[in-house]
Amino acid sequence: MSDSPAIVHGAPTEAGHSHGEHPAYQRHHFETVEQQADATNFAMWLFLLTEVMFFGGLFCAYLIYRNWYYPAFVSASHQLDVRWGTANTFALIFSSFTMAMGVWCAEMKKKGGLVLCLSLTFLLGMVFLGIKTIEYHEKWEKHHIPGIRYSMQSFLNPASDEAAAAYGDKPLPLDMARHTEIYFFLYFAMTGMHALHMIIGIAILGYMIIRARAGAYTTGHVTFVENFGLYWHFVDIIWIYLFALLYLISRHP
Amino acid sequence: MSEQHEHTHHIVSPKVYVVILLALCVGTALTVWASFLELGPWNPVVALAIATTKAMLVVLFFMGVKYSTKLTKLTVISGIFTFMALIGMTLADYMSRAWGRW
Repeated sequence: MSDSPAIVHGAPTEAGHSHGEHPAYQRHHFETVEQQADATNFAMWLFLLTEVMFFGGLFCAYLIYRNWYYPAFVSASHQLDVRWGTANTFALIFSSFTMAMGVWCAEMKKKGGLVLCLSLTFLLGMVFLGIKTIEYHEKWEKHHIPGIRYSMQSFLNPASDEAAAAYGDKPLPLDMARHTEIYFFLYFAMTGMHALHMIIGIAILGYMIIRARAGAYTTGHVTFVENFGLYWHFVDIIWIYLFALLYLISRHP
Repeated sequence: MSEQHEHTHHIVSPKVYVVILLALCVGTALTVWASFLELGPWNPVVALAIATTKAMLVVLFFMGVKYSTKLTKLTVISGIFTFMALIGMTLADYMSRAWGRW
């Protein structure tokens, strides 16, 4: 190829190809719009695979410790309120639904619908984080955050603890009670990482709402909304497993 | 290339999304209910089976893998495979060594 300035702009004028032949959003290194969409979709899935392996390590650690220190994990999981966990699961499922509807609105070029769906997704994400804050605050008050101020009171003397007493927990021996700290460490590591993903997602949603109001994504170029949708659904899937594994270990008395 | 393709992908109807939403809600209610039952070793099995069913619904329909290209399907399957390898081989290692003597 020559060093003509046309190369800089990526317009292969030599090939007799004019800008009128494809939509403005098609990059010149792609043959067709479909190829561009497929490549971007593939890249997004590859990113999600790295996320699967990242969370996979945490799930693996959880699995091993849960098998080793099962009584500690049962007692510690009773400190989580299953009602908050269920409410959050519903919030995320509904947000996944509104996100899917947002992608549909973008595909159907419905600007108002897209802005509404993205805003509802944003709102439900905030509800999730709000509930998580209430839960974290409770752990802070009960000294259930791993570290120097960690208290085993609820596990050594369950009668003194409302949540533990409700499930009829037996006092744990000191060495097993110490392992409840591992449960809470994993709880904060896993839900914290998940919450970080939610915060990043909500920030991107905010950006997308502003762009969508200005008319973006409803011109036929839906890739960004679609791939963000994949991310948001992925975060939902992680929560589906976290809810089952952290909250629902054993709820029967 | 004479055919007109506006979209490379299939547009999923909102009806499908509503059905999946309802199925996910039922699954959530079911898994909470099941956790209050005394099923012994089956408690985690039931919880994980329901969670996996829910995750499958999200992947296939909300994430549109059911309607996607073979490349995407292969990518998703390879993701599940590497994840299973991570879990399977790590657990095999732990269980075949000092299990019960930590």
